[in-house]
Amino acid sequence: MKGYEYHKPQTVKEAIDLMEGLENAKYIAGGTDVMVLIRQKKLVPARLISLRNIGDLNYMETEGGLRIGSAVTHNSIAKNDFVQRRYSALADAAKKVGSLQIRNVATMGGNICNAAPSADTACPLLVLDASVIIAGKTGEREMSLDDFFLGPNKVALEKGEIVKGFTMPAFGENTGSAYFKHTRRQAMDLPMLGVAARVTIDIGGSEVGCKDAFCTVDSISNILKRLEDEKLVCEDVRIAMGVVAPRPIRARKAEEALKGKVISEKLFEEIGEIAASESQPRDSIRGEAWYRRDMVKVLTKRAILKAVDRVIRPDDTIWPDRLW
Amino acid sequence: MKKEITFTLNNEKVIVEVDPKWTLLYLLREVFEMTGTKEGCGYGECGACTVIIDGQAVNSCLYPVMEAEGRQIVTIEGLMTKDGDLDPLQKAFVDEGAVQCGFCIPGMIMSSKALLDEKEKPTEDEIKESIEGNLCRCTGYVKIIDAIKTVADRR
Repeated sequence: MKGYEYHKPQTVKEAIDLMEGLENAKYIAGGTDVMVLIRQKKLVPARLISLRNIGDLNYMETEGGLRIGSAVTHNSIAKNDFVQRRYSALADAAKKVGSLQIRNVATMGGNICNAAPSADTACPLLVLDASVIIAGKTGEREMSLDDFFLGPNKVALEKGEIVKGFTMPAFGENTGSAYFKHTRRQAMDLPMLGVAARVTIDIGGSEVGCKDAFCTVDSISNILKRLEDEKLVCEDVRIAMGVVAPRPIRARKAEEALKGKVISEKLFEEIGEIAASESQPRDSIRGEAWYRRDMVKVLTKRAILKAVDRVIRPDDTIWPDRLW
Repeated sequence: MKKEITFTLNNEKVIVEVDPKWTLLYLLREVFEMTGTKEGCGYGECGACTVIIDGQAVNSCLYPVMEAEGRQIVTIEGLMTKDGDLDPLQKAFVDEGAVQCGFCIPGMIMSSKALLDEKEKPTEDEIKESIEGNLCRCTGYVKIIDAIKTVADRR
């Protein structure tokens, strides 16, 4: 293997200055992508600039929204109670990446900047309206994550720029989110499909919630049927899909069709159909296009139902996920 | 090209000259000749190279050696008790018949050790999660999970 120098800057500025002055250098954070590429000889850098020791990239703030530094590992996101509760889709995704050994070192920034169409945390960040904070030589700029993805493994970063972190707005108690990853085995697999949804329900001042005794043992479908008379309206919704296009995408037509409507399981099925018509999956080693398109229907419905479930039954994780 | 780094290896402070292109796995096996930690795939897929860094299970085959500076690293060799006995976890693996060819076992033990250090009484799901990154082609995992459970139950 050809050698490389290894730099360990302590600040963002130091890292950017290093990158500017050095030829054929590459940033490395957790290294679970970069080191694999180096070992496969697909990447032959002369220098690596480590972002692992920069304190400014390793923060998690929860006041008035959620701000996560790019060097935060998947495991610390998955284990965070606040993220699990208020930004559930992100916790769902962070929990499902690779294996525990990978999640202990792999960073959020790395997952997003690598910009694989299958990046697990991309869909949740899209539905949670995340924006990206980018630090460069001339200062910082902010852009929405939707604009940040340009194509497979391409993001809107200029040479030398570093993603500092991600910012998400605050959501009320009437908002729930979920991410579903479809794989052939439970761990250590890339998704053949990933779907995230965020739903905000208009509760009109009253308290939504399932209160009867069956709540803890019943499926969300049955609970929705019992709540039919309350005419719960979907105030806002986001749906994002991974692996069905060159980059993670939003299902905008499906979102439009759901926004402002009274929620019901039947409607979610239609939304799934619309989302499937918006997807452009292709045949690959992990699954065929027709199968993926069919599964978009199923997973979209599932993700919306789970998001609604989390609004209606926030305290209980009762209905076991395994039954899904 | 060589650089000097200092870190704690199995509770002993070590100072060693390394080439920045090495991985932690290379340093452990080729320089310290601690061959308990195995190289399986070399790409972070199989978990045979798992070591514990600052209390967390990590794939040493993807770990740049320069990042070891100042960290606490424990390998399978570090589990031996002072009088040369096996760790209770290792004993449980032997007693339950969880070892067949044995190649994945150092990784399995380091992954489950990290879990047992963190949680007093892990659930079966947590045990499965802790070894989800460790591939075993012999046992079918059942006896490995049993072995980890017996250690947790005995506490």
